[in-house]
Parts: sequence; C-alpha cells; structure tokens
Amino acid sequence: MAGHAGYAADDRNPLAGDAKAAKAGEYEFRINCALCHGLGARGGGRGPDLTRAHKKHVHSDAEMFQVISNGIPGTAMPANGTNGQGVGMTDEEIWQIITYIRSVEVKAGARSTGDARHGKELFYGDANCSLCHMVEGKGGRLGPELTAVGGSRTREAMIESVRNPSRRLAWGLTEATKEFPQEYETITVVTADGKEVKGVALNEDNFSVQIMDSSERIYLLEKGNLRSFEKSRESIMPAYDPDLLSDKALDDVVAFLTSVGTK
Amino acid sequence: MRIFVDLLSACLLCGFFAPEALAQVTFERILNSGKEPQNWLTYSGDYLGRRFSPLDQINSTNAHSLVAKWVYQIGATGKLETSPLVVDRILYATAQDNRAFALDARTGRPIWLYQHQLPGDIRPCCGRVNRGLAILGDKVFMGTLDAHVIALDTKTGNVIWDVVAADYRVGFSFTVAPLAVKNLVVIGVSGGEYGVRGFIDAYDATTGARKWRFYTVPGPGEPGHESWEGDSWKIGGAPAWNTGTYDAATNQIFWPTGNPAPSNRGEGRAGDNLYSNSLLALNADTGQMNWYFQFTKHDEHDWDATQVPVMIDAGGKHLIAQANRNGFFYVLDRTSGKLISASAYGKITWSDTKDADGRPVARKDASPTLQGHTVCPGALGTTNFMAPAYDPQTSLFYVTARDQCDIFSTAPQPYEAGHAYYGSAYFPSDEAEPYRGFLKAIDPATGEIKWKFEHTSPTLSGLLTTAGGLVFTGDAEGNFIALDATTGRVLWHFQMGGAVYAPPMAFAVDGKEYVAIAAGSAVYVFGLP
Repeated sequence: MAGHAGYAADDRNPLAGDAKAAKAGEYEFRINCALCHGLGARGGGRGPDLTRAHKKHVHSDAEMFQVISNGIPGTAMPANGTNGQGVGMTDEEIWQIITYIRSVEVKAGARSTGDARHGKELFYGDANCSLCHMVEGKGGRLGPELTAVGGSRTREAMIESVRNPSRRLAWGLTEATKEFPQEYETITVVTADGKEVKGVALNEDNFSVQIMDSSERIYLLEKGNLRSFEKSRESIMPAYDPDLLSDKALDDVVAFLTSVGTK
Repeated sequence: MRIFVDLLSACLLCGFFAPEALAQVTFERILNSGKEPQNWLTYSGDYLGRRFSPLDQINSTNAHSLVAKWVYQIGATGKLETSPLVVDRILYATAQDNRAFALDARTGRPIWLYQHQLPGDIRPCCGRVNRGLAILGDKVFMGTLDAHVIALDTKTGNVIWDVVAADYRVGFSFTVAPLAVKNLVVIGVSGGEYGVRGFIDAYDATTGARKWRFYTVPGPGEPGHESWEGDSWKIGGAPAWNTGTYDAATNQIFWPTGNPAPSNRGEGRAGDNLYSNSLLALNADTGQMNWYFQFTKHDEHDWDATQVPVMIDAGGKHLIAQANRNGFFYVLDRTSGKLISASAYGKITWSDTKDADGRPVARKDASPTLQGHTVCPGALGTTNFMAPAYDPQTSLFYVTARDQCDIFSTAPQPYEAGHAYYGSAYFPSDEAEPYRGFLKAIDPATGEIKWKFEHTSPTLSGLLTTAGGLVFTGDAEGNFIALDATTGRVLWHFQMGGAVYAPPMAFAVDGKEYVAIAAGSAVYVFGLP
C-alpha cells in the first residue's frame, strides 16, 4: 500500500466534487481503466459498468480507493497503485478517478424491464441456462458462474452474450493481469486410444490441456499424447436466436440476473 | 589400500574447500568474455549483444534430460525481469524494488542480500522491476527506481557509492541493467510515460562521478532540436531503458532509445522528434554522437526502439541488427549507420511503403484518433523489452514476437510534472484475431523467417542460444522450454509455476553447465542429472 502521502490516509475523497479533478480523472480513466470498463465508464467486454451507483465491491470512496490501488483478488481487476503492475497511479490520480466516476454515476441505469420471477423459471427451466451456468450455488459448471454478472455487465452485453455467445468469448487480458486464464474456448481432441473428447478449456499451456466436457467430467491431457487437438473460439454454447428465446423471455432472464447481481 | 583410496578421493575434494579465487572483473575480461564461457559477465553475455553461450555440454542430444538443480525464492510479488551475472562461481542478480543478491551458483544459497530504500512515491512505469546488474572490478552496479546509480561491493553487498542521476518525483527511474565499459558505468533512463527528457549517462566506476551525459532529446542550438515543435522537447521522452552494446574496434557504444512523449498523441510535437526511437552510436569516452538511425519517425504508437541491438559480422561487413517493436527487422552498417535492410517479421498495418533509404514509412491513416483506430502491431509491439539472441553457429537471430492489433485512441491530456503523460488510451481490438505469440528465427542476411514456434499465448520471455545447438525461452504459462536452434523442435520443458518476464543465461561451475532463468518470483537453475 502506498501510505506515504496525506491523500491515502484520508477516509474521504479530498477531491470530492471538484470539477477540475473530475476532468483530470476522465483522462486518467481513459488511459488506465477504459481498457476494461469502457469509454465513459459504461462497461466494456471485461469490466463492470461503473456508472451504476450500486457496485459489488465498493460503497465508500475509501473502499473504491483500496480497490483501485490494490485490485480485487480472484478477479481480473489488477492493482493500479504504484505498488501494482503496469503504470502505477499516484494517490492523487486515484482520487481524481474516483471523483470522475462519482460524477458519471446514475442512480438507475438502463434497467431491465423484464419479469425477474419468470426469468428465474426460464433460467432453471425451459431456457436450459442452468444446465451449464450456476447462479447462487445452483446450476451447471460448464459455463461461467453468473451470480454477479447482472451487477457487472451491461444489459446490452448480457443480451449479446446470449444471442451471439461466440462474438465475445472471455478474452484473456494482457499477461500482467492475467491471473486466471480461462477463456472458454471449445476444445476437441482425439486421445491416444481413439476417443474423441469435446469440451471447454479450463486451462492450457504449450504442453498440457485441462478440459471439461458437457457431463462435467474433467480431462487432464498431455498434448504430446493426443492424436489430434483442435481449439476453436466458437463457443460451445448455442446461439439463442429469437425463435429459441423470444426478446421478451430474454428480457426476463436478464431481469433475473440483474436482480441477483445487484442484491 | 582402502584407506589410501579414501584419502585420495578426499583430496580430490580439497579444491571445494579452498577459498574462492575472486579475481577482479576487468574491462579486458568482459571484452574477451568468449574466453571464459563459464562466466556471464555482462547483460547480454558479451559486448556484441548476442546472448549466446559458448558452452555446449547441454546440447540437442541431452537437453531432454535437464533437471532443476535449485530454486531461489525472492519472497516478493511482482515481475522478475532480471538477467543474472555469474562470475567465478557466484551468481549476482536483482529483483523487485531494487533488491540485489549474490548466491552460491552451485546451490543457490545466499552470500549477501541488499535492498535499496525506495521512497513511497516513486513513479515506475511498468512494474517495480529491474533487469540486472553490471559488474566491474570489485563492484556490481544497479540503477534504481528512484533514479539513483549505486555501486555495491561484490563480496558483501555494501554500498560503495550512491549517486542521484535525476529527480524521481518528475518521473525519472532506472530499470535497465547498466553496461560497464572501460572504467565507466553506462546507463539509460526510464520515464517516457511521465514526459521526462531522456538521457544516457556514464559514471566513473571507481568514484561514481558522472563523466558524460547524452540527452536523447537535443536542446536549443543542438542539431536535431528543430525536429521538435515549440517547447515539446523539454518533455519529449525518448528514454533509454534497455542495455546497449559496445564495439571495441571503433570505441563506440550503440544504445537504443524509446518513444517520444506523449506516446500516442503527436499533436503539439510536430517533427521527427529526434532522437526518439533511434539507435545511437556514441563515443564511449565522451558520449559524443557519431551517427544515429531513427526507426520510427514522429511515433504515435508507443513503439520504443529500445530492443537490444546485436552486432553481427558477415560477408566482410560490420553490421548491427535490431528486431524492432514496430514489427520490422532492421540491419544497419554499424560503421556508417546506413540502413541495409528492413523486413517485416510480424503482423503490421502501419506501413506499406519505404523511403529512398529503404526505411518503412508510416501510413497517414495510421495515426490514433479520439474515437479509436485499429493498428497492428498494438501498443505492446511485435516485440518489446525481451532480450533477443543471435547464434553465430546457425547465423540466425531469435526473437520473441507477438501478433496483436490494438485500437489506438488519443486522450488530450495536459502535461503535469510527475504525472503519467501518454495522451492516449489503447484497447485490444475485439474484431482482430486473438493475440498470437511466437519464437521466430530470422536469417539476418535475407530477413526470411527460417522457423517459428507458436506459444499458447504471447510471452514476454527473453531468449538464450548456446553452442549446444539450443535456444531457450520461457512462456506466460510458466514453462521453461529448450528448442533445437536449427529446426525449432521442442526438446524439453519444465513447468516453473509462474510467468516468465526475464531472459535466460548460461554458466558453468566445476565443469558443469547450468542454465538459469527467473520466473514467477524465483530464480531457477537447471542442469544435467
């Protein structure tokens, strides 16, 4: 922790409400944060929409300072203070960013208009989402766990992920922040004894690959022993077109995920 | 009889208990480093910049049996970019936050540990890293993140001298491994991300007195000053954060420079912005410039030309080659600085023409825009700080390469002293192919890629070649890999449990060859069983 300056010791943002600081913070945000959180802080493919007043990991400015400075363990959010990887931000710059984020927050974003209760029925029922996705400890393991997704992704991003899941698989970040590399590529291999295995990549390096198949069985394979190895960024998840899941039904599913994710 | 044999074998071990002969590391020893292949006396292994070990005990026939010999844990988080030195059985290296240490090269047991006391408000650009030491006489030399240059006693790690090169509070720092030449310690500064005015310094190795400074951005009245608009030269960047090479025949130091500041916005600094993104030929005694070659003029993509330049003699010509971050592999005549060839060795879109000298020229529409614009290579470049290697046996130049495109967007940011100053933001392009990472073997005579090995994801590891017909690399997933230098075939790998950001090197103790590399937060040493 960079506890050297008066800035860091503050529990409150010393630059709160300062328009000049917010402007400086906007530049800092473009440079340091927009990569994941999008221009205007409205969320990108990787990071949450920060214009929402409700945030999963932070409430107070002091908490936000800690998260920006030190990162969030177990997530792709890296430490951004001078103690972290990459170009570190000074305490003052972090407070400027917080001032900027507070200035663009909206109390209620583009909330889903759907029926969360019906969305939950669909999720665990006819839409088959829970065969592969888990929410609050219930569901499958093949796809990403979705408890927090409604609090961290925009409505548009969630809709796109369902309609066109291959459009944006979870890209690995640049190496410095790539703490966990799962990108959910589809892997198809033929083992030495001629067995075909198709599943989702849990992890992979030059010499080994760890796969989960649709029955949630984990395969630990050495590439050198395989007859064939194919990797695709076509998601194993089917694209839910409007025939499969109507716009109204999808809106209900998104409403369910949002209600859970923003609890 | 039995007793006699035991005594005899015991006596064979006598040498192991004798005090180590700690001979001084003279300039002549570094100049003739090929005569003592058991040692690694300078960042790139020799003054030519080749990162080639003449050792051949570990070779393409036995590399498959390599085993880990010891591991030294730093006990700190963050990236390790260090390239160890080995001199007469002792390994010297650096780690995060300006740690330096000396280890028994056979066992990894520490002899001394040192850590420079850093202020809390240093401004490292890209992690609290250090790429290694220089050694000369009875001292090792380290540049620090608060812009000091310090000399440590090789036997104790005690500070012999400590000089302040520049003010860290406006963004100066050192991450580079210095280069010891004659009685000088040559070092280039970091801080382009903070709008510093770059320089290369030379310090008297004995006293720490500064002997010369070459500003990589010329001041008023100096040639090249006219290549900067208005006062932009004062914050023009052009840092010099990777280790150069030395040519004894012409007494010249070849040192590469980084991008102009702000990195992704050319507005306000119209002109070529000399001597950013250049290779400089400096008189070693005076720091006077003999020639320069600018790879990327008026750069707007963060394409530092700081890659280690490698001296190659071929066909009666004295050449210097660099695999540049901008995606081209350049070969220059190192006597004149004249360009001989420039060949793309990765995915590029920024240039499709060359000027009369054969230098690739930027397309007008490659400039970043406020809304963002996709250009290849991306901001990390086709290569970056990772040390390349050149093998005189295969006559191939090996480089860690990446195919990645980014969306470059400007951020009109005012300069404020001590604050990050890039004028830019860049994003990986979702429309582009996934990033791909390679080890490529380039024929410098033709620019042709003789073979390539594709990594699972791009790596930031440096490279080593050895007379055993091997190339060593590390990967982002934590593997250390030995490949056949002629064919690129993988011969061996070991999972080290942490990503690699450092280059490998080789040494020998008691006639046994070892290969070392830093990964995760540890230094690993491998050898034959």
